[in-house]
Amino acid sequence: MILLDHVIETAWTTMFDVLPIVAILFGFQFLVLRRRPPRLGRIVAGFGYVLLGLTLFLVGLQMALFPLGETMARQLTDPAFIGIDATSMIVDWTAYGWVYAFAAAIGFATTVAEPSLIAVSMKAEEVSGGAISARGLRLAVAVGVAAGVAIGAYRIVSGTPLAWYIMAGYVVVIAQTFRASPMIVPLAYDSGGVTTSTVTVPVVAALGLGLAATIPGRSPLIDGFGLIAFASVFPIMSVLGYDRLASWMRHRKRALNEDATSIPEPIRKEDPP
Amino acid sequence: MPKAIKGFFRLLMASVRDLMPIVLVIAFFQIVVLRQPFPDLGGVIVGLAMVILGLTLFIQGLEMGLFPLGESMAQAFARKGSLVALLSFAFMLGFGTTVAEPALIAVAAEAAKVASEAGAIDRTSEARGNYAFGLRMTVAVAVGAAILLGVVRILKGWPIHHLIIGGYVAVVVLTWFAPDAIVGIAYDSGGVTTSTITVPLVTALGVGLAYAIKGRNPLLDGFGLIAFASLSPMIFVLVFGMVIHG
Repeated sequence: MILLDHVIETAWTTMFDVLPIVAILFGFQFLVLRRRPPRLGRIVAGFGYVLLGLTLFLVGLQMALFPLGETMARQLTDPAFIGIDATSMIVDWTAYGWVYAFAAAIGFATTVAEPSLIAVSMKAEEVSGGAISARGLRLAVAVGVAAGVAIGAYRIVSGTPLAWYIMAGYVVVIAQTFRASPMIVPLAYDSGGVTTSTVTVPVVAALGLGLAATIPGRSPLIDGFGLIAFASVFPIMSVLGYDRLASWMRHRKRALNEDATSIPEPIRKEDPP
Repeated sequence: MPKAIKGFFRLLMASVRDLMPIVLVIAFFQIVVLRQPFPDLGGVIVGLAMVILGLTLFIQGLEMGLFPLGESMAQAFARKGSLVALLSFAFMLGFGTTVAEPALIAVAAEAAKVASEAGAIDRTSEARGNYAFGLRMTVAVAVGAAILLGVVRILKGWPIHHLIIGGYVAVVVLTWFAPDAIVGIAYDSGGVTTSTITVPLVTALGVGLAYAIKGRNPLLDGFGLIAFASLSPMIFVLVFGMVIHG
């Protein structure tokens, strides 16, 4: 019954993580606000579901996905697999094709399953009255994380400074902000923060540390970190880009419709039968 | 009752769809690229079933518990009209949810190890403990301050990009002056602070406040608290590094 032990242990630690939040919420609710929230029983049951759900989610991930993902990250970065001489100090960044592909694919896939992103996009769809689609937003964020982690992997391989990339990212984000529709901006900024959580961090961090440990001249301490930072800047760009794309497509559709309805009758008559 | 079961089944199917990409990516790389058999296939399948059930329960609980509570508290604070109570709640929510965050505890311990090996602090376990504790407190205060500032922004209706761009400028300037050893840790600390339980609560709080205050748009003013919470730790940790590393 190792599994059951594991579930109970994770449930216990999750409880302790949640304890301060519950204490603050209930402390303010009963000492400051001094009134019962409506449907208290349902809320307490909801907390129970969240706790149980997170516990099962974490145990399942630790059983099924994290070990595989981490082993995979190690194997893909192994000099023997890449086919380079481990003792050579010269790093050819083009030899790491599968690493970039894995980085992008796993960044995308883990982001789609990220519970905090699901929460934010559900709320966004609800608040916008369906104008922002939860699925579209999540896909846009996932594409951003995929690009970010792949470029982050390239950065570790090439050994260029982290700060340059992040600052260039900021410049792009600022430029995009001034062209975006104002409604999407707060959401885009938020999506940078929610991507790096339960599912994404362990696998992506393992990839970064594996890369830094096997590439000659890289230090896991200096180069291994920082993939997370990529995963939080790039989604902002992709969400702002998604907004431009969506509004461009709306305009084009409208323009096409107008064209279609404004075709004058005589021209059609001149067409040969 | 059948309706509830149908709803649960629909959520379950959505979870299956959400997890499909991970399964496909791992299967593809395992079978096609690395050309290796799946180790312990039974364990993987049991684990996946737990992940799917867990995600479904989490989302169900979100809609039953976390979202309604966050929103009803936001409304209650708005109705009570006490600015001190609301702001201290905002700070405590940010501080309290971050200080015990396991990811942060792990990063702080790791950072202390790096700092003592680099000779920035003494090589004693006491010095490391102090350093890690200081870093944790710094990040927790940063998140508390971020949620507080974010709530003030919602109340005042300030445009978000002024504050975020200001924050970016601060990060860039501080990166210039901060010691190299702290930069990577500072950048990562922004990502580890927003946990799976904090995000829905803080989002519901922001949206609830924006609904409750006249003249605020929930989409334009309600979102953005998470963005502050992931930017401010970078600034605070860079400053912490400059103070400690000198």
